[in-house]
Amino acid sequence: MNPMLNLWLIPILPLAGAAINGLLGKTSSRRAVTTIALVFSGAAFAMALWVTMRFSSLSLPYHENLAHWIRSGSFTVDFAFYLDQLSLVMLLVVSGVGFLIHIYSVGYMWDDPGYYRFFSYLNLFMFFMLTLVLADNYLVMFIGWEGVGLASYLLIGFWFTKDSAAAAGKKAFIVNRIGDFGFLIALFLLIKHFGSLNFDQVFQSVMPLGAEKTGSGLLTAIGILLMVGACGKSAQIPLYIWLPDAMEGPTPVSALIHAATMVTAGVYMVSRSHVIFERAPIALTVVAIIGTSTAFFAATIGVAQTDIKKVLAYSTVSQLGYMFMACGVGAFSAGIFHLMTHAFFKGLLFLAAGSVIHAVGGEQDMRKMGGLRTKIPWTFWTMTAGTLAIAGIPGLAGFFSKDEILWRAYQASWAYWLVGLTTAFITSFYMFRLWFMTFFGEYRGEAQDHSAHDAHGGHGHGGIHESPRVMVIPLAILAVLSVMGGYVGVPGSLGGNNRFDKFLGPVFHGSAPADAQQSPMGEKSAPAQETEGPEPESGVSTELMFTAISVAAALLGLGLAWQLYYRNPHLPGKIAASMSGTYQTLLHKYYVDELYGALFVRPLINGSTRILWQGVDRKIIDAAVNDAGEGARHVSDEVRHMQSGNIRSYAGWVAAGSALVIAFMIWMWTGAR
Amino acid sequence: MVPLSYYLLLSGFLFGCGVAGFLIKRNIITIFMSIELMLNGVNLSFVAFAAHWHALAGQVFVFFVMVVAAAEAAVGLAIIIAVYRTRETLNVDQVNLLKL
Repeated sequence: MNPMLNLWLIPILPLAGAAINGLLGKTSSRRAVTTIALVFSGAAFAMALWVTMRFSSLSLPYHENLAHWIRSGSFTVDFAFYLDQLSLVMLLVVSGVGFLIHIYSVGYMWDDPGYYRFFSYLNLFMFFMLTLVLADNYLVMFIGWEGVGLASYLLIGFWFTKDSAAAAGKKAFIVNRIGDFGFLIALFLLIKHFGSLNFDQVFQSVMPLGAEKTGSGLLTAIGILLMVGACGKSAQIPLYIWLPDAMEGPTPVSALIHAATMVTAGVYMVSRSHVIFERAPIALTVVAIIGTSTAFFAATIGVAQTDIKKVLAYSTVSQLGYMFMACGVGAFSAGIFHLMTHAFFKGLLFLAAGSVIHAVGGEQDMRKMGGLRTKIPWTFWTMTAGTLAIAGIPGLAGFFSKDEILWRAYQASWAYWLVGLTTAFITSFYMFRLWFMTFFGEYRGEAQDHSAHDAHGGHGHGGIHESPRVMVIPLAILAVLSVMGGYVGVPGSLGGNNRFDKFLGPVFHGSAPADAQQSPMGEKSAPAQETEGPEPESGVSTELMFTAISVAAALLGLGLAWQLYYRNPHLPGKIAASMSGTYQTLLHKYYVDELYGALFVRPLINGSTRILWQGVDRKIIDAAVNDAGEGARHVSDEVRHMQSGNIRSYAGWVAAGSALVIAFMIWMWTGAR
Repeated sequence: MVPLSYYLLLSGFLFGCGVAGFLIKRNIITIFMSIELMLNGVNLSFVAFAAHWHALAGQVFVFFVMVVAAAEAAVGLAIIIAVYRTRETLNVDQVNLLKL
């Protein structure tokens, strides 16, 4: 029997912090707000660590039932929490990175008048995100799912007086709703066909479905609908458009919500539902194709962006695509591994970018940066660690996870691998482009420009300066994690034993459909990754070769960026001019926003205006109400002449009325005969 | 024995006179008397039926009507006096404030 862990405290603690800061923060000092926010989010992290310490003594999965929620016939949903290896990884990533970003925000947001509001939202986000990862059933997960969407909306639109920020918040929320719609329908299907939303119960009913049921329409539909939800939350094609706009929010928000945690919720959800996906090959293929194409597509857009945060945003979309590619080829643990390392290095990159923006007084355009290497050394070195990690330079976190994904992708199909490899090259290129443009060459900005692009400038700092220690320390910790984080999952071919994969093994393995295990196609078949075991020698050398190829791709990207943005900084302009068609397309993000505008938004607005507003509302509903009123007025205008005030005329009406009644009664009496 | 129909005809005639007076006359007191006439016309039909069917209920009813009529006379006359005091006329056509 498991000891009582009181898991429910982990999400509740940040909620308490959010409530206290939200209700009392306005009148209390910054110091008090800081204390509350940090203590409560730190407590959640401490508790997560405590749970980790006791983890080995638990019999998994660990369940904790807090309260009944819905009881309807045989269908029950409880407020319950669930802990297994997968939730533990997510729990540590979310609470750990979240706590670091809380610390960083103290420095970054110190001068903002909405300081208390910011921390209240941030804590609220932690509450929902922790609920999401600790949920025991899809409905509790859905609470967290919707809640992080809400927190994301509030934080993107944090500077709500700025029109673009308010619009970006709305866009994020609305696009997310489209995904949520798919998620909800998937839940309804689960209720209808399996009578439960509980993870264990659903998976146990799905598990015995044999070959004849495998790939049946039902599981495929559920899988694809779940993927629609994941597309919305995790910014995949076709719903990725909200994430780049979400950069309107404060930079710590971009780091926490739009890089490290919330956007990975979709990956977590797909991995959590792996039992369903493994039995729905078509859905799994859809996941892989969406992930692969998103990875490539977003990476190419990232090449042409000049806003430092936009580059990172597209990079995030692209890396999320990698994670879905991993899930799609059945390598769920590789996806989660990349999720974890990505949380480290992308959180780091965003925070470092925030530090750069802070240093140059709110400027986000990389064309106005440059030469910052010596002026902000801490930021420079930490960002270097992050850049090397994401580019897949050997030895850093991103290398191991990306390499793992590419290798598993190759086992499924060489096409995934090829696109993934190209993406790795482009990723390396645009990240080093960012790095060179920001930190090398000459400073291209105006000397003392406080134009407050980020609405955060305007506090009287003199010149370019390093960020305060409270911002640098989280950067340093994340940099260490970005460097070291990969060593938990060194693959066998590189002398490691892939401990991360083994750790997650009990979650993902042994659940694939029985017939796939004896599939004659062996390891080539997509969802057959439980043929783990000791790999044959030839496999190891092949894997090493692929590792070498992806390293070469990363170095090639580095070299190209070095050539274009360090050696010959005037070349990119010429290339852009000579390929202006391609360049303009990339700069305008393939005109996807415009396309969606023309396809969905404008028809919707026009339809609402012309048909629903001017047609239905004004011509039918309003007209009916108005005409009823007018009609009553007209009738009364005529009838009011009866009220002459003359008693004898009243008497006449009474007499006439009674005569009429009597006549009617006589007629009825005779007629009834 | 006078047949029932005679009583009823007389009753109808009295009621008709009352209605006509109520509608035609302008003096409030006359109108008031017309109302009494209508009531008594109905009373006559009540007692006529009571006698014809040998049922006491109709006669009892008449007492009720007479009591109500007496009460109504008291209240009505009081109202008439109040009207006369405030407006110094008993012509109903001039008491016509209650209109749109």
